[in-house]
Amino acid sequence: MSFTNEQNVGFASGVSSGVSSAPDMSIAEPKDYFALLKPRVMSLVVFTALAGMLMAPNPIHPVIGFAALLAIAVGAGASGALNMWYDADIDAVMARTSLRPVPSGRITAKESLGFGMTLSVGSVIVLGLVTNLLAAGLLAFTIFFYAVIYTMWLKRWTPQNIVIGGAAGAFPPVVAYAAATGSVSLSSIVLFGIIFIWTPPHFWALALVKSGDYGRAGVPMLPNVKGPARTRLEILLYTLVLVPFGMLPWLMGFASVVYGGVAALTGLGMLALAIRVYRHDEAVMDKKMCDRAAMQLFFFSILYLFALFAVLVVENGLPRVLSYFAH
Amino acid sequence: MTDSNRVTLTPEQLRSRRSRNIAIGLVCGLLVALFYAVTIVKLGPGILRPPM
Repeated sequence: MSFTNEQNVGFASGVSSGVSSAPDMSIAEPKDYFALLKPRVMSLVVFTALAGMLMAPNPIHPVIGFAALLAIAVGAGASGALNMWYDADIDAVMARTSLRPVPSGRITAKESLGFGMTLSVGSVIVLGLVTNLLAAGLLAFTIFFYAVIYTMWLKRWTPQNIVIGGAAGAFPPVVAYAAATGSVSLSSIVLFGIIFIWTPPHFWALALVKSGDYGRAGVPMLPNVKGPARTRLEILLYTLVLVPFGMLPWLMGFASVVYGGVAALTGLGMLALAIRVYRHDEAVMDKKMCDRAAMQLFFFSILYLFALFAVLVVENGLPRVLSYFAH
Repeated sequence: MTDSNRVTLTPEQLRSRRSRNIAIGLVCGLLVALFYAVTIVKLGPGILRPPM
């Protein structure tokens, strides 16, 4: 098994034959292992989790809060490592992912699996010991959902992969709220909903541009299965739902009018770009212009989510920071 | 084991192994500090003011 693996043959033969050649030992740097954690996704997870944690009515001790956020971030990173283990074959044929540590050969798929499993178990145990079992259970479910339900099942099976799989990315605020309170509230579920509804237009905008990549890899993304026209329509429909949903924290009274204003303004920006993408039909327009419109929506959607959660972090976190230092 | 049975690592392998070892050491140290801080917080402020 393992010694048929090219990565291990050199080491085995180097020792047994007595030849003083360099074994095929890993040349992976710490940055390669860090890349397995998908740091950009992890930073979004930390940010949304922080927003969920700060929405809790009872303030959490900063040290406990930091440890909980670290455990959630590591748990998210662990699921990224498990994803890179399972998807090594797909990643190798996609330009966007071909330089990841596993397809580029710096880390073996098995090492990625071991790294991901170790961090998964460790992060869940630490979160359970530092906060409570509900938060630990939710984190374990999030890792399971991303690694098994999304990566192993949905991704290669249905064009609705990122719709359902988006739940994994939406869980962190719920986990963080549970870590702070030991319960799940309507406000944390609303934050879950915002990320959940945001995910399809965000990823489909990218999928429109990278449909060739996904096609080569055999991943049934919506543009490859239903075509660009249907994808553009669904992007618009999801955005139409997202904009009012994004304002719910203000409408339901757990965010200020400032949040409502930011959500409305950036939501209108999202909607304008989604309409633009909808109108850029590849059948009658230049592909580069269509791609540009889609990428603008992709990048603006990141800004949109960041703006919403940044307002929540500031308006819930700043008073706590000030009162903490006032005592 | 004779010298001929010993493997010789390339400079790149030695460098990457050293950087991995340093990273593992740093992470272990940070975890010790974190667990210590969490333990003190969980025990409460009384641990810092033991009764006379």
